[in-house]
Amino acid sequence: MAGIIDSILFTLIAIGVLGTMSLLFGALLGYASVKFKVKGDPLVEQLDELLPQTQCGQCGYPGCKPYAQAIADGEAINKCAPGGDDTIKKIAALMGVEVQPLDESHASDNTPKVAFIIEEDCIGCTKCIQACPVDAILGAAKQMHTIIIDECTGCDLCVAPCPVDCIEMVPIQQTVQNWQWDLNSIPVVEID
Amino acid sequence: MESIIKRITHGQFWNFHGGIHPPEQKFLTKNKPIRTLSLPEQLILPLQQHIGQSGKLLVSVGDYVLKGQALTFSTHAMTVPVHAPTSGTITAIKPSAIAHPSGLSGMCIFLASDGLDKWKKREVCQDHRSLTKQQIIDKILSAGIAGMGGAGFPTHIKVNTHNPINYLIINAAECEPYITADDLLIREQSASIFDGINILDTLLSPKHILIGIEDNKPEAIQVLQQVCKSNEKIKVCVLPTKYPTGGEKQLIQMLTGQEVPSGAITSKLGIVMQNIATCFAIADAVINDTPLIRRVVTVSGQALKKPQNVWALLGTPVNYLLKQCHLQKPVNSNKNQDYRPKQQLIMGGPMMGFSLASDNVPIVKTTNCILAPSEQEIPTDSKEVECIRCGQCADACPAQLLPQELQWSAKAKDQQALDKLNLFDCIECGACAYVCPSQIPLVHYYRIAKSEIRQQQVQNLQAEKAKMRFEARKLRLDKEKLVREAKHKKAAEARKAKMATNTPEASNAKSAVAAALARVKAKKAQSVDNITDKTAIDDNKDQVVNEQTNALQSSNSSPNKDNDKADKRNQVAAAIARAKAKKLAAKKPFIQEEPEQGSSKQEKVNNKTGAKNEQQKTEKTNSKDAGINKETKIDKKAKIAATIAKAKAKKLAKASEDMQENNKKKEKKTSTKKIENVKPAPLDNNIHDSGLTIDDKKAESQSNKKIRIAAAIVKAKAKKASQTKQTKNKKATSPKPNDGDDKKKRIAAAVAKAKAKKQQHGESN
Repeated sequence: MAGIIDSILFTLIAIGVLGTMSLLFGALLGYASVKFKVKGDPLVEQLDELLPQTQCGQCGYPGCKPYAQAIADGEAINKCAPGGDDTIKKIAALMGVEVQPLDESHASDNTPKVAFIIEEDCIGCTKCIQACPVDAILGAAKQMHTIIIDECTGCDLCVAPCPVDCIEMVPIQQTVQNWQWDLNSIPVVEID
Repeated sequence: MESIIKRITHGQFWNFHGGIHPPEQKFLTKNKPIRTLSLPEQLILPLQQHIGQSGKLLVSVGDYVLKGQALTFSTHAMTVPVHAPTSGTITAIKPSAIAHPSGLSGMCIFLASDGLDKWKKREVCQDHRSLTKQQIIDKILSAGIAGMGGAGFPTHIKVNTHNPINYLIINAAECEPYITADDLLIREQSASIFDGINILDTLLSPKHILIGIEDNKPEAIQVLQQVCKSNEKIKVCVLPTKYPTGGEKQLIQMLTGQEVPSGAITSKLGIVMQNIATCFAIADAVINDTPLIRRVVTVSGQALKKPQNVWALLGTPVNYLLKQCHLQKPVNSNKNQDYRPKQQLIMGGPMMGFSLASDNVPIVKTTNCILAPSEQEIPTDSKEVECIRCGQCADACPAQLLPQELQWSAKAKDQQALDKLNLFDCIECGACAYVCPSQIPLVHYYRIAKSEIRQQQVQNLQAEKAKMRFEARKLRLDKEKLVREAKHKKAAEARKAKMATNTPEASNAKSAVAAALARVKAKKAQSVDNITDKTAIDDNKDQVVNEQTNALQSSNSSPNKDNDKADKRNQVAAAIARAKAKKLAAKKPFIQEEPEQGSSKQEKVNNKTGAKNEQQKTEKTNSKDAGINKETKIDKKAKIAATIAKAKAKKLAKASEDMQENNKKKEKKTSTKKIENVKPAPLDNNIHDSGLTIDDKKAESQSNKKIRIAAAIVKAKAKKASQTKQTKNKKATSPKPNDGDDKKKRIAAAVAKAKAKKQQHGESN
């Protein structure tokens, strides 16, 4: 008889202890989930890191961050033209989706270019300055405008607003510093 | 360290992993003295012959320079000046082929020698110990000395270290086949070399000086041991011949047993290494005040009849050297007469050199060898086949890397794997490619991968910069917007306050408001079944506000004049506001379509509310703005002219219902037409001037004008949506009641919206 009471007591104690522990841990987890909640979506930040930051808008979004946000919401990953196939591969790896070829609606020519203002034609209207998403154009109203090559991302947004069509896209020159060991591009001269 | 010295004294050195033993081929040139050549006619001096940046020019075309005169000066720590190797005139300063594997050009000075070889004034310093350390370093810098072992690191930086130096290692290994330049230099100029080593001793005060030399140079070893007797610190260390003993990390490991960690700077480990030819140049510079203008170059290869070491002036074109050593035309062993074999030219040794595309490339400070091999010596056509995974490359690698794995990852462009496999620790010695039975050009793949990774890093940096600028710009624009809105709010409040006061102006305004209300009622009665309640209310509201402003304005000046001015301003503002409203309507389906009104202020307010709605939905706005930007790209030109035309049209002809109908239906169709027709007019807020220029367009049919007006409206609306500056200048004037039906206006707005969408699609395609 005492044995039965003992076993019932032990069982109750066991249940009580485990119950208390579970309540404690539950409370701890709940508190942690509120206190340490991560603000914002780190996925969007990671996606933004992968994008080339030209802020050109060719993907249909006004900048790279909005496109990153859209991809996190399920947008197609093959819209970034300056990023090219490399970026698509990286995004696919991050998002765990299939690699898709670049959207055909974009131009296939991906040589890096920078803008160039033909100074004879520039009228100093500042329209291109307002259009540039990275402030790569130096100038003021009725003063000469010029492109800061180091800051220009080649996004093309300045070409259209110019009322006198004086901006053109020029490919970046290949120098000894940025030569990519492309042996086929070396000019060969016959030595007699 | 004591144990290290003990071992060194006993000649027991360490060893590095791997290495190969290619045929030395040094017999071709090692038994002939160094030959001094006659002056070439023209010297081509690249401005950059070292690692770092090129100096700034001191001379210009047409200048006469003396031998040893400085042609560039140093503005930057990593800059080394260039000197004239002989006296003569500068004929050109322009890009020309330089000694780089890419075959690209660099800026070069073309010097035509006058044959006199006239020296500049030089001062001999008898005892270098009388100079301070800084003076010695300045002399080294102004003499333009860079590392002559092949890398070209500026010497004045390397010897200007403040770390305590345990070992000064002089690299006389010369492990590469064919090259005997250092060997002969030691044999002929040992006294100067010894002076140079002493100067370095003074500068760095190392605990020990070790000269590492391979055992295939017995005469040079003997000479060195003889001449270095007087300095006890110097120990001549004879190492077994192996390629690549001369590599910095390999030599350090052989002599001291220390392995240099990845990415470490050796001076921090207490070790400084200098090539033995650099020591010679240092002695020349400090003692004889002679800048670096010549060096010993091994011109070798079995295609030459007289291969020899030569004292080559810097800037000598390679073809001159080849001629002096009697380069033979390549033998056409092929039966086919049409096939002309091309003579292979290699600058550097057979392992680490690169092929030259043209023979007009000049000798620079880092050129230690020119090879003209025959076809049998170094075959040009080696077919790469599949990797058979034999592992011989890993056995040969002196840096203990895994060339096979590197090759797989490099071909797959797997940057993470390349990082893990320490790609950047590869010294590009070529031992792996030498042993590969499949003849895979391994080093070539590594170089491509390295340059791609470097390029990627540069692009990442640029992307970061672009992002920061973009964010900063966004911040700035948002701030400006807030300031602008605050201003508007203040103005509106001021207006309301004025209205509330019991003054004659206020009562005027109130009566004007009443009149406006009456007008609105009348309009409502006209087209009661078409107007939605919201638009009516909007109209009402706007009209009221307009009347208020107009009344206030008109009360401030004489009524007649005011009306005229107000009229004009009204029309202009009306046109613009209409365009804006249309644009907004086209853009935002949830904003009710604004019917075209004669009152500009009303539409301005509409647009403001619309704009405010936009701001509330920031992201959508942004994306729409992007779409609008595209739209406005085509539209802007026409917009300007159209705005002007619109104003004029309004001024001249009161809008009739028919014209408005035509307008709205055709506006989008002809917007593109307008781009070709209208010349880009300078932005000009003065309506009068623009009005005058449009006189000639009066001849066009009124419907065309209206079409342009309508198109302009759309564009102006778009402009308004993204920039709000223009509206400030155009003051509101008394509203002109539009006779056009609201229905027609809505139709037009719908058409405009459709067109806008179509354009947006067209742009993104």
